[in-house]
Amino acid sequence: MIEGMPVLLAVACVAVGGALGALLRHVASLPPLGPLRGTLVVNVVGALALGVLVGLGGRLPTWAFLLLGTGACGALTTWSTLAVHTWQLGRRSRRRAAAYLGLSLLLGVLAAALGVGAASVLL
Amino acid sequence: MSVGLGGAVGALLRWGVEVLVPLGQGWPWSTLLVNVAGSAALAWLVVHTDRRAHPPWLRPGVGTGLLGGFTTFSTYAVQVAVVGADRPVLAGLYLVLTPLLCVAAAALAGGAATRRDDR
Repeated sequence: MIEGMPVLLAVACVAVGGALGALLRHVASLPPLGPLRGTLVVNVVGALALGVLVGLGGRLPTWAFLLLGTGACGALTTWSTLAVHTWQLGRRSRRRAAAYLGLSLLLGVLAAALGVGAASVLL
Repeated sequence: MSVGLGGAVGALLRWGVEVLVPLGQGWPWSTLLVNVAGSAALAWLVVHTDRRAHPPWLRPGVGTGLLGGFTTFSTYAVQVAVVGADRPVLAGLYLVLTPLLCVAAAALAGGAATRRDDR
């Protein structure tokens, strides 16, 4: 048992959510957005969504948090792609790399805070 | 198909690390570890697949799916926002340290893969 639910069910929730999140991120990085803008958008949207889920706290059943939070939001957003994009941009232009990373961090943390705040207003 | 499968495996691995490495003193070690390791691995894979013949599922399955799903930006952003409300210094340190270590890990691994390939 994990947090009151069978292990296999918990594993299935994280796996299904993870598959959905990764597929959505893949679709977002295709045209019209493309890899750079696509990654920025999924990271900000995922941070907002996870902020809401965390803000809802104990109101959310464990399976829903594992599916939507740990699985879907976790896999929708990515640090590895952001780090590789920043590294690749930085080899041509440090300013562009810094702007891309800075914008991702600023919008991401703001979205997360907004999500947590919005959830507490809803409750 | 391979993206979804990779994403499922990546999310499960990340969840496994979260369960195994508990939050110590409020410092999110597991998320930092996952993000830095995943960044290094993806940079290595990208350099390798850009230059060498590889099976068609490798980049979408292991890169986009597994390593993309393994690392997480949303958890990082929410941790900064939530921890920042009570412990702004710790949150600020985490906010700065994650991008520094992730980009450095990507640059080091990507650079090493490039040099190895050039030889």
